Amino acid sequence: MAKIIVVTSGKGGVGKTTTSSSISSGLALRGHKTAVIDFDIGLRNLDLIMNVERRVVYDFVNVINGEASLKQALIKDKRTDNLFILPASQTRDKDALTAEGVERVLNELSDMGFEYIICDSPAGIEHGAFMALYFADEAVVVANPEVSSVRDSDRILGILQSKSRKAERGERVQEHLLITRYNPERVAKGEMLGVKDVEEILATKLLGVIPECETVLKASNQGTPVIYDTESKAGKAYTDAVGRLLGDIIEHRYLTPEHKTLFQRLFRRSA
Amino acid sequence: MTLLEVRTDALNTIAEELTARVAESPAFFNNNPLVLGFEQLRGGEHSFDLKALVALCRELGFIPAAIKGGNAELETLALSLGLATLPRGKAKGSTTLEIEKSPPRAKTSTTSDPVTVTSFVPPQVIDTPVRSGQQIYTKGDLIILSSVSAGAEVLADGNIHIYGALRGRALAGVQGDENARIFCQSQEAELIAVAGQYVVDEDLRAQHWKSPIQAYCANGKLVIAPLF
Repeated sequence: MAKIIVVTSGKGGVGKTTTSSSISSGLALRGHKTAVIDFDIGLRNLDLIMNVERRVVYDFVNVINGEASLKQALIKDKRTDNLFILPASQTRDKDALTAEGVERVLNELSDMGFEYIICDSPAGIEHGAFMALYFADEAVVVANPEVSSVRDSDRILGILQSKSRKAERGERVQEHLLITRYNPERVAKGEMLGVKDVEEILATKLLGVIPECETVLKASNQGTPVIYDTESKAGKAYTDAVGRLLGDIIEHRYLTPEHKTLFQRLFRRSA
Repeated sequence: MTLLEVRTDALNTIAEELTARVAESPAFFNNNPLVLGFEQLRGGEHSFDLKALVALCRELGFIPAAIKGGNAELETLALSLGLATLPRGKAKGSTTLEIEKSPPRAKTSTTSDPVTVTSFVPPQVIDTPVRSGQQIYTKGDLIILSSVSAGAEVLADGNIHIYGALRGRALAGVQGDENARIFCQSQEAELIAVAGQYVVDEDLRAQHWKSPIQAYCANGKLVIAPLF
């Protein structure tokens, strides 16, 4: 059975698609056969970030409606053999997703031997987001260190544990908290919520902290998941997070401001 | 454990009253273990149809577990039906569901309710965080072993105990019980109310913010007091 992991947040623009692309790539790089599904019907973005937008012929909605087979719609990633992308439809809306259709696609992927299925959820708590989380075994909840994002993540955690299939069966969806766009300098100045605060409010196990990093935007624009940028802090932090998702014990890094040498300080001032 | 005190040997009277009682709160009695008490059934024991009563109880969703205070004849019958036998005496902490012997026709002037229920509503225990957007209501006491998030709402007819932070809304004694109280380990609430008397966020920030508190009604006003 494939493990179904939803990447969700409630709030928009916090880094769900960036996270989906990097985590699915990271799992594939570790040798696991992985599929990543874009549930954001009508606002498809995942294919852009994964640089497959010119190869989209059929999409998720076509497969649900029986207009194409799953094999026809799955796009193989060019960077690793183990990763396949199921893009969203740009011309439809979220009502095109039916629970039976989504379940059939997930079962078919599982039968095809996929070990992990990453569901990239749209923002909000409406039908699209609900369909993305309903079948999940685990959830990566993405939050930015600010109050409105944390509040929305709390809401989505409540929905996960009350409305998902697991919840209906009396089980719990395993929760993972991923804090993105974290800036330790601003936390030290009291301008941003700290990791401890967010962890305390959400009472959820921390999967990782992705530091605010210019390489994230660059990677998105180039169509390469940031996890491939092995020099960048964000790339390293995502690699750590994937390791933890697979059960590795890795210490969290980039939580405190870096100590700048006297030379760096002088250089920065004069620049 | 619920105790059914049998006071009549008229099975159809028992059936009628028990069915009405269960209909009032079907979920409450469902799959509840039941003790059948015979201490107050004076005289009718020798001809009592225990087998029929057990079948009736099972039909109504109870699980008959034992009989209490029956004579030797009833005890033998109980054992053959797979029930345990308990000695006479007061069982503490159990719910008592009494069915009285129907009063003789001549004395129908007595206005007392033939069925008296001293029912104890068990508290609801929640061991996960109550998330934003969730609402929990219980008829008895509410015990939360985690935190109540901002934007969440917890309500109880009785007391509310929160062993984490209260960041959302808590309303105790919602049916008007002025003796209800709210306890929490860290007061960061949006609203606290007892029996309709409430205090909102703005005023709560000045009253033991982020400390352990209890809230209760005194002279028609809500008091927020430190716990330690």
